[in-house]
Amino acid sequence: MIEVDRLGRTFKVRGTVVHAVRDLSFAVEAGEFVGCLGPNGAGKSTTIKMLTGILAPTSGRLRVAGLDPSRRRMALARMIGVVFGQRTTLWWDLPLKDSFELVRLLYKVDRRVFRRRLDELCSLLELGDFLATPVRQLSLGQRMRGDIAAALLHDPPILVLDEPTIGLDVVSKAGVRDFLRRLNAEHGTTILLTTHDLGDIEQLCRRVMLIDHGRLAFDGTVAGLRAVVPGEASIEEAVTHLYLSSRRSPRTHPHRPAPDPPSVTA
Amino acid sequence: MVRTYLLLVWAWTRAAAQYPVSFALMTVGGFVISGLDVAVIWVIFTNTTSLGGFDLGEVMFLYGTAGLSFALADLLFSNVDRISQHIRAGTFDVMLIRPVSPFVQVATERFVPHRIGRVIQAAAVLAIALNRVDVPLERGWMIPVMVASGTVIFTALWALGGAAQFLLTDAPEVANAFTYGGATLTHYPLSVYGGELVRGVTYVLPLAFVNWQPGLYVLGRDDPFGLPYWLRFLSPAAAAAIALAAFLAWRAGVRRYRSTGS
Repeated sequence: MIEVDRLGRTFKVRGTVVHAVRDLSFAVEAGEFVGCLGPNGAGKSTTIKMLTGILAPTSGRLRVAGLDPSRRRMALARMIGVVFGQRTTLWWDLPLKDSFELVRLLYKVDRRVFRRRLDELCSLLELGDFLATPVRQLSLGQRMRGDIAAALLHDPPILVLDEPTIGLDVVSKAGVRDFLRRLNAEHGTTILLTTHDLGDIEQLCRRVMLIDHGRLAFDGTVAGLRAVVPGEASIEEAVTHLYLSSRRSPRTHPHRPAPDPPSVTA
Repeated sequence: MVRTYLLLVWAWTRAAAQYPVSFALMTVGGFVISGLDVAVIWVIFTNTTSLGGFDLGEVMFLYGTAGLSFALADLLFSNVDRISQHIRAGTFDVMLIRPVSPFVQVATERFVPHRIGRVIQAAAVLAIALNRVDVPLERGWMIPVMVASGTVIFTALWALGGAAQFLLTDAPEVANAFTYGGATLTHYPLSVYGGELVRGVTYVLPLAFVNWQPGLYVLGRDDPFGLPYWLRFLSPAAAAAIALAAFLAWRAGVRRYRSTGS
């Protein structure tokens, strides 16, 4: 479903070249549930933006649902749903149901199909109580559920979420996780999410990727991630270990390639 | 694409219709404010009988055709100049993940139908002008052609201004100098301006093709600057050329888009 091969993206910031993503390679098969970890500024969001066609890569090859995202943006849009935790894809001043209607128009979803899917999403995500409320008046948890519903109205086979649980309370978080788990298990939707919440990773993802300094620092199972540190390590300890070790290595050895990701068999 | 554009415009119009008083006031406001432009022309003609060699009816004809082109472009596409707001707020990211041209999305986002007031005002001026000047039918066909070409030219100017904002995020004012400035320039016969400026808006920025060159044909007038006669028929070609330039610039702008943090 997703193929990333030696992907790179640089930005010119006041004359100096910054490598946001460099030499990133991975593949995601249909039906997988992949979590993507990484410290702030590691290149997660840049990667998501390249996967969704928002940014064009500066090097490497990228295929999502068989398409080159930034060149086939319109075709890709029908194949993926995208949720940004930090910003809404809904219209701030419009009631939630009007936002859904606009999404229906943009994606040219048949009215009857739309009705059925909206009813289903409304009951699963419990949107009924605030469908008539303008988006700006929704709580963060309600808004996030609305955003997720909007991303799925055209029934995409791939769902990409950038920090979907950020700022949510325990109950809202559990609701979102529950929904995503069912979507993946019952509907077979391929899901890729980024997060800083290790609970998301432990509870949802069979596979975890850790991106740091724009490179892949780990790719494997949650159990494999724990095994990075000797002994009975928690996932926090393993992630901390990986963040700190990759922070040291590029500084002391600027020209040495990043250490190979620990090989882990699923 | 046209269908999607219309559907989105309709959706936003319905949203605006939830505030009918505001809609009515803004429409009347647009009508009155653009009416002041015409008042200026009236004031000029109370002191003189011709402006740049053109009488009142002819000046109103030039004003009406340019005003109609501008008002149509303004109504349909001027929201494109909000692109820098969308870039800064991150809403442009969201437009890029949808299966509709971001140009159509920016143009329709928060579409407000009250700009129709200006269209009505310009159409009224044109109607009055046509009553005063005698346009033979065999030259009248040029009027819809020039209004359509002019609408395309102003739309292309907005798109070029939008494309520039991908590079200079704070450029809407620069873009407005060309769109609103261009509109004001075309309100009067170009013969009131200097020859250098007229050559510039003929051969570089094709504002002379909005109403001046085709207008000379409709009114059956000689070109005060002595430019070639065939220029009068080139409005559609000029519109196509600047539209192509705007399309390429816009595409290059989207390609260079850098998004914002996080």
